[in-house]
Amino acid sequence: MNTTIQMTPPQPSQKPAPEVQKEDAMRLQKEMINANYRDLASAHDQGRKVAATFVPGNLNELVMCFDFARSLPETNALQNGMRKKSGKFILDAERDGHSEDVCTYVKSDLGMMLGGETGPTGEKLPIPDLLLLSYTGCFTFMKWFELVRQKYNCETVMLHTPYQGDGKITQSMRDYVVKQLKETVIPTMERVSGVKFDIDRLRQYMKESAKAEDDLVKVLQSAKNRPSPIDGYFGAVYYIGPIFTAFRGLPEATQYYDVLRREIDERVRNKRGPITPEGELLEEKYRLVVEGPPNWTSFRDFWKMFYDEGAVVVASTYSKVGGVYDSGFRHDPDHPLESLADYCLGCYTNLNFPQRIDMICKYMDEYEADGLLINSIKSCNSFSAGQLLMLREVEKRTGKPAAFIESDLVDPRYFSAANIKNRLESYFQMIKQKRAVAGIATAH
Amino acid sequence: MVPTLKDVIARCEALFEDLHFSAVKEWKAAVPGRKAIGYMPIYVPREIVYAAGMLPVGIFGGGDQMEVIQGDAYYQSYICRIPRSTLELGLTGRLDCLDGMLFPSLCDVIRNLSGMWQVLFKDKYVRYIDVPHNYLDQVGGEFYINEMQVLREDLAKIAGKPITDAALNASIAVYNDNRRAVQDLYAYRAQKPWQAPTSEVYLLVRAGMVLPPEEHTQVVRDYLAAVDKEERPKRDKARVVLTGSFCEQPPLSLIKSIEMAGCYVVDDDFGLIMRWLLDEVPANGNPLEELSKAYLHRSAQQASKYDEKKEDKGKYLLRQVKQGGAEGVIFAAASFCDPALLERPMLQEILAQQKIPYTAFKFAENTGQMAPIREQAGTFADSIKLWSDA
Ligand code: SF4
Ligand code: SF4
Repeated sequence: MNTTIQMTPPQPSQKPAPEVQKEDAMRLQKEMINANYRDLASAHDQGRKVAATFVPGNLNELVMCFDFARSLPETNALQNGMRKKSGKFILDAERDGHSEDVCTYVKSDLGMMLGGETGPTGEKLPIPDLLLLSYTGCFTFMKWFELVRQKYNCETVMLHTPYQGDGKITQSMRDYVVKQLKETVIPTMERVSGVKFDIDRLRQYMKESAKAEDDLVKVLQSAKNRPSPIDGYFGAVYYIGPIFTAFRGLPEATQYYDVLRREIDERVRNKRGPITPEGELLEEKYRLVVEGPPNWTSFRDFWKMFYDEGAVVVASTYSKVGGVYDSGFRHDPDHPLESLADYCLGCYTNLNFPQRIDMICKYMDEYEADGLLINSIKSCNSFSAGQLLMLREVEKRTGKPAAFIESDLVDPRYFSAANIKNRLESYFQMIKQKRAVAGIATAH
Repeated sequence: MVPTLKDVIARCEALFEDLHFSAVKEWKAAVPGRKAIGYMPIYVPREIVYAAGMLPVGIFGGGDQMEVIQGDAYYQSYICRIPRSTLELGLTGRLDCLDGMLFPSLCDVIRNLSGMWQVLFKDKYVRYIDVPHNYLDQVGGEFYINEMQVLREDLAKIAGKPITDAALNASIAVYNDNRRAVQDLYAYRAQKPWQAPTSEVYLLVRAGMVLPPEEHTQVVRDYLAAVDKEERPKRDKARVVLTGSFCEQPPLSLIKSIEMAGCYVVDDDFGLIMRWLLDEVPANGNPLEELSKAYLHRSAQQASKYDEKKEDKGKYLLRQVKQGGAEGVIFAAASFCDPALLERPMLQEILAQQKIPYTAFKFAENTGQMAPIREQAGTFADSIKLWSDA
């Protein structure tokens, strides 16, 4: 599952297209992400090794200790989705024998390989020297890297993160992750990179991470204000980009979050709404919590269906896939390996069902949301299996309306704009009616 | 009296068809206070459940005989069938005879179902059973032993008495016997598939999901004794390994269709829990350590289990092909089954390198249309025969 996106320039449309609005922080993150692709393209020429890894449970601080350039296949897939390239890649992978039923992130990645590994920005993506299989919250990850390994014969190292089946992190789970780090992950990274592990370097990165995490939480929680100064889903995917990927632990990321937080503070002071691609949202009509990842192939159209109606997402679970920081977790330089373990164990899709339901109910309450919207993703059993129960439970516990739509991450065949728009419109109507009824009830 | 072949098969068939689990209810009623614990595919250490004096019960979905109404309301169309029919079993009270459910670490669907079960069946014991993907004794092994210890303590609490090492070792010995019987059954079928058709072997395996292990061992032994006395016609069929059906099960009619289409299934991965551990677990050591070692170092390879090295991929399947003298492989995966379908291209590549023919299709537990599958299996069998005759 992943996160890092850039705003593409507006496409010509019937109306004269307004200039895409961006916060400074958005520009900054776009530069960072492009720089990472350049870094990856030149890594092998410069004698650097490349590690590929996943977003949930990614060990960026640790990976940086070995000077690896860092590639995130989920990010590559979603960037290809945003650039409308993923549809072809998926078809190519299916023609190559991959089932139509499985996760399209995987197929987009495998299709990109079949096409010669040209990355989303047009630069060549290097074949990884190490596949770091940090296995948090999704079984598909394991198969994904086994498939890549089968093709490229890359060295692969597994970090198995046990699932919070009982809704808690036990000492045994933590010890298991730490031991894997010490006994297999770190020695493998040392061998592949030729760099000796330096725990003080790790601590230093973690200090930076914690600062950035503080700021990210403030940004995400700013949505408790009325009006919300951010969109906690469509906007948040820009905000979480650096910290969920190759930048957590770097001073650039800390600086990015500092700039972002200041911008958002300013918006709160001025009672401004969120920035959308068509400018500031002037009237906040609906406040929603969203569960599930967005669709990337029609991301802008999807977002527009919300801001055109004055709907703002005040909190989302997707913005927690790379770390649930609002629950208080921070990377801790005093206990570096233990805190890496807790980080992996605590990512959103590693939480059990009752925990996920509790989190959503808490968001509904704390962010004063009008309702819950679930965007159910065909690709992703990790998120999707059981979401209909989630919907019932949240409705039952909060008394607020919930709605269900279906799409996919990067497979354009599964984004039906008309259906989704209809569904959303009737959902907004439903919220309005509920409010009217509640208004009458309080008036009496 | 030694039961006849007909008796054995009729009994297994009745157990298989009984979605109200009367056998479990009877077992419980025989001694007041007895408890039963359900588990889903593929693997849980049943030895611990049985050592607690409880009956482990394999829940393999609703098959093609049950209408799924409530269960469907919980799942999108793009999710496999087994979780919905399992929920249906639970919501319609058919699983009330179970005092708890174990959900193995297999895929995201079963994993999430463990939490759904916690929400929907609040009065039942529910546990997610994580197995390690790190195979070092001091790392993954230690974690796994701790996981098993939690299960042991939880079940002891439910049983109202501790589970001793002696009880665990006795249970390990019972399951060693059972595994040997099932291995013999599989070996017999591989040798004489015309004598022991897979439609019967499958029913025997499924009987092991509801019977106490000693009783099941006896049923398997009775079958082997009885079937060997029969003279069944040997036909010129293609010998195949069927793989990918480790969780959601194909309908029995599908298995029969494959056989009727000209295939002898000489190995498969149905009810893999019976053969997941590849050999004896020492029954005189530290029981949890021995169970852990058996899982870490001597268990079947399977799509939901990590292969540490590229060279390991497909070894188990190739061994099945070799030992079973198979001429081809049928990939039969449940629709939308992530682990099976993601694994499939890797295994197919390995088979292609070894020049072992294969074919692939998908099914659902309630697939009704057999004609296309029969046709595909028939064409596959014909092509194998054609090549072997050439
Ligand atoms: S199944 Fe979901 S979490 Fe797993 S890789 Fe695909 S999109 Fe990501
Ligand atoms: S059939 Fe496959 S995807 Fe469905 S629950 Fe079983 S292993 Fe998981």
